[in-house]
Amino acid sequence: MNNGKPPVLRVENCTMQFGGVVAVDNFSMEVYKDEIVALIGPNGAGKTTAFNFITGVYEPTNGRVFFEGSLMVANRPQGKMKRFYQGDANAICSDVVRKTPDQITKLGLARTFQNIRLFKGLTVFDNVLAAMHMHLNSNFFMAALKLNRGEEKRMREEAAALLAMQGLYHVKDKIASSLPYGQQRRIEIARALATKPRFLLLDEPAAGMNPQETDELAAFIKKTKEDFNLTVFLIEHHMTLVMDISDRIYVLDFGRKIAEGTPAEIQENEHVIAAYLGVEDAES
Amino acid sequence: MIRLNSKTKLILTVAALGLTMLWFYHLEQNPRANGYLIKILERSAIYAVVAVAMNLMNGFTGLFSLGQAGFMAIGAYTVGILTIPVEARPNVYYISGVAPWLEKIEIHYLAALFLGGLIAAVFAALIGVLILKLRSDYLAIATLGFAEIIRSVIASPQMDTITNGSYGLKKILRFETIYTPFILSAVCIFMMVLILRSSYGRAFLAIREDEVAAEAMGINLFTHKELSFVISSFFTGVAGGLLAMFMGSIDSGTFRVTLTYDILLIVVLGGMGSVSGSVIAAFLVTGGREYLRFFDEPLKIAGVQISLFRPGFRMVIFSALLMIVVLFYRKGIMGDTEFSWDGIANFIYRFLPTGKARRGNGGRDE
Amino acid sequence: MSLETVLQHVLAGISLGGAYALIAIGYTMVYGVLRLINFAHGEIFMIAGYLMIFSMASMPWQIAIPVVLIGTTLLGVFIERFAYSPLRSAPRMSIMISAIGVSYLLQNLATYLFTALPRGYPVIPFLKKVFQIGTISSSLVTFITPVITVVLVILLVQLITHTKIGMAMRAVSKDFETATLMGIQLNSVISATFAIGSFLAGVGSILYFTDRMSVNPFSGALPGLKCFVAAVLGGIGSIPGAMIGGFILGLGETFMVALGFSTFSDAFTFVILVLMLLFKPTGLFGEMEAEKV
Repeated sequence: MNNGKPPVLRVENCTMQFGGVVAVDNFSMEVYKDEIVALIGPNGAGKTTAFNFITGVYEPTNGRVFFEGSLMVANRPQGKMKRFYQGDANAICSDVVRKTPDQITKLGLARTFQNIRLFKGLTVFDNVLAAMHMHLNSNFFMAALKLNRGEEKRMREEAAALLAMQGLYHVKDKIASSLPYGQQRRIEIARALATKPRFLLLDEPAAGMNPQETDELAAFIKKTKEDFNLTVFLIEHHMTLVMDISDRIYVLDFGRKIAEGTPAEIQENEHVIAAYLGVEDAES
Repeated sequence: MIRLNSKTKLILTVAALGLTMLWFYHLEQNPRANGYLIKILERSAIYAVVAVAMNLMNGFTGLFSLGQAGFMAIGAYTVGILTIPVEARPNVYYISGVAPWLEKIEIHYLAALFLGGLIAAVFAALIGVLILKLRSDYLAIATLGFAEIIRSVIASPQMDTITNGSYGLKKILRFETIYTPFILSAVCIFMMVLILRSSYGRAFLAIREDEVAAEAMGINLFTHKELSFVISSFFTGVAGGLLAMFMGSIDSGTFRVTLTYDILLIVVLGGMGSVSGSVIAAFLVTGGREYLRFFDEPLKIAGVQISLFRPGFRMVIFSALLMIVVLFYRKGIMGDTEFSWDGIANFIYRFLPTGKARRGNGGRDE
Repeated sequence: MSLETVLQHVLAGISLGGAYALIAIGYTMVYGVLRLINFAHGEIFMIAGYLMIFSMASMPWQIAIPVVLIGTTLLGVFIERFAYSPLRSAPRMSIMISAIGVSYLLQNLATYLFTALPRGYPVIPFLKKVFQIGTISSSLVTFITPVITVVLVILLVQLITHTKIGMAMRAVSKDFETATLMGIQLNSVISATFAIGSFLAGVGSILYFTDRMSVNPFSGALPGLKCFVAAVLGGIGSIPGAMIGGFILGLGETFMVALGFSTFSDAFTFVILVLMLLFKPTGLFGEMEAEKV
C-alpha cells in the first residue's frame, strides 16, 4: 500500500466534541493514492462526524487534517472548550486553520451525502453544471453578458459527456427529485465528479439499496475510480460491499478507532466482532 | 404537447413587440385622453424591474430580503438630487438651502440612474458583509431594519441640505415619452435574465436548493449570496430612480415598508422563481390597483348605499389576495416556470373543443 | 442633565421597556416553537388597542380590560389556525410571507374599518392618577408597568418549568419531530403558545397606549419590529432574555430622544440588532444550536 509515498489524506489526532459529548476521539488515519479505504462502525460511532470535519462542514475541536501534504484543517480547544474538553491529545497543534467546504472542494476533495442532497428542483443536467461552476474561468461580467459562449459550450459538452459515461444521459432533463432512489445516488456521485476531484468521499453510497443494486454499485465505484484516477474513502454499513472493494478498513466504535487493516484482518479482529455483535467485555 | 418551431416563435415575438409599439404610438398620439393608462403602464414597468430584482434574491437565491424600499429610496434620491434643474433648486430647497458642493451638479438622467443603482449596490455590498451570514428569517428582519435606517437618515434634519429632509424633493426630471421607462425597464430585466441564465445563475439556484450541498460542490456561499444581493440592489436602485422620474416628486414617506410589501405581493403572485411571472404580476397588480379604485368610492345600488365600498377597501382586497395566494395557490401564476409561446399554444389548445376531443380519444399529450 | 431629569427618563424608559418586554415575549415564544417571526404580532397589539377603545365606549374599565385580553388572545389563536397551521409543511419562506400577509391585512383592515386617523385611547382613571415619589412625578401606569411585567414574567417562567403544557412547549421548541413522536399534541401546544403571547401583547397594549394616548392602524408596526429586536437581543427562545431586551431597548430609545436624536431613535434599535447578530448571534441568554448535516 504504502510504498514509502506520503499519504494523500492524513487525519491526525482529531477529536470532535459537541457540548459534553465526544463524538470522535483522537482519531488518526491515512489514505494513500489510488486506494479505496472504508470507515465502518456501528450506528452513532462517529463516522459521518469524521467525514464532516474532513470536508469542512464541522470544525474539529482538536487535531489536524492534511491533504496532499498541506495542512487543510487544524484546531485546538478554544474558549469554553478549554475547560470542558474531554478528549485525548489535548492541544497538540498550535495553529488553527479553517477552510470552508467550498475551499476544500477546490483543493480536489468531493463528497456525497448520507441522505442524498441533490439540488432537488433542478434538472439532472443543471445539477452537474452547477457543480462545474467553481471551475469557471470567465469573470462575472463576461458570464453575465454571455461573452463566454465558448466556455459555456465546453461546460455543457463536458457535463453531457460525464452523464453519458455514468449512463445517466437519458435522464438529463428530468427533475432530480422525480427520479428513483438508486439513480439519485448515482447522480450525486456524478455531480461530485463534476468538480473534478482527485479524492472522492462517499457517505453510505449503498444505503437503501437491494443486493443486486449493491453489486452494481461496487462495480460502479471500482470503474469510476479507474476512469477518473481517484482515491476513494467511504463510509458504509454494507459489509459485503466494504469487504469486496476496500483495500484497507478503519473501524470506529463510540468515537474511538478500535481497529484498522485489510478486509481479511478486520474480519478476524475480535474487537470488531465484539463491537458489532455487542459481546460484553470481550477481552475479559 | 405542442412544440412550435423557432421561426413561428420569432414571428410571434416580433408581432407582439410590433403591436405593443403600435399601441404605445397610438396612446402617445392623444396623451390627454390616455394619460391615465400611460401612467399605469409606466408604473407597472418600473415595479416589474423591482419585482424581478426581488425575485432574483428571494426566488432564485432563496434569501429572504425585505430591504427593497430602502434601496429604491437610495436610487430615487440620487436621481432626484442630480436631475433637478440647477435653476429650480433654490425653489426646491426653500427651507434650508442646498449644500454648496451640490449646487451646480446636474447630470444626464441615464448617468444619474446608473449612479443611483451603483450607490445602492455599494450600500448592499457593505450591509451584505454584515448580515448575509445570518439565517434566512434574521436576514429578513435585518434588511427591513436597514431599509428603515436608510429612510430615517434621508428624512433627518442633518441631511436637509442634501435630501431636503422631510420636505421631499420635487421638480425631478420626468419622462418625456412612454418609451423611455419601457426601454430602460426592458434593458434591466433582460440583463437580469442573462445573469440568471449564466453559470452564476445556476450557482444561485444551487444555493436556493441546498446550501450545504452547494458549498460541498465548491460554490462559495458568501461570495454568491453577496453577488446576488448586490445585483438585486443595483437594479432595485435603478428602478427607484425610474420611480423618482415617474413621480416627479418624492419624499421619504414614499419608501415605507408597505412599498416592499407591494413588491412582495407581485413576486408571490407571479411565482417565486419566475421572471415572466413577476413581470405579468407587476402589470396585473398595478393595473388592478388603479382600476379597482371604484372599491374605494361610495357605491349606490338602486339608491341604497353599499357600506362595504369606502376608502381602504381596495387595500384590504389586495392584502387578502396575498394571503389567498400564499395559503391556497402557493405557486402563483407561473410557479417557477417561464413564459413561452409553447406554453401559450398549449394553454389555448387545452381550451379548444377539438383539442379536448382529441385528448378524449386517447391521444397522449406527449 | 440634572439627576432628577435623568431619573425621570430612566423611569420613562423602564416603563416603555416593560411594555416592549411583554410584546417581545410573544415573539420569543412563537419563534421558539415554530421558528417563525410572527410579523403579525405587532398588529395584534395594535388591534388590542382598538378593542379597548370600543370596549370602553360601552362598558366600565373593570369589564373592558378582561374583554380586551380575551379578545386579543382569541385573535392570536385564530391567526395561527387560519394563516400558519395550513403551512406546517410548507417551505419556511411561505410561512413568513403568510405572516407578513396577515400583518399587512390587519393594517389595511384597521385602516378600512377605523380610518387612518389616530383615535384617542380611553383613559383608565386609576392608571392615570399622578403619583409622586421623591422628586419624580408620573402617572401610576409608568410606575406599575415594570412591576406588572416582572410579575408576569415570573409567573410565565413558573408555567413553563412546572406545568405539563409548559414542558410540552419546551419539548417542541427543542425538537419538533421527536416531540410529536412522544405523543405531544403539536397543534394544542402551538395554540397555547399563541394564546399566551397574544395575552401578554394585550396587557402590553393597555399599558403602552395608556401612556401614548392614541392608536392608529400603523402604531403596531414599528413597536412590533422593535420588540422582535428585543427578543433577539435577549436571546431568542429565552423569556427572561426577552424581558431584559425589552428594558434595554426602552431605556435606549428614551435616552436617544432625550438627547435630541429622535429621528434616529428607531434606527438605534436596528443598529443594536445588527451589532448583536454580528457579535453574539445567540443573544444575551440564548442557546447555540448546531445544524445537522
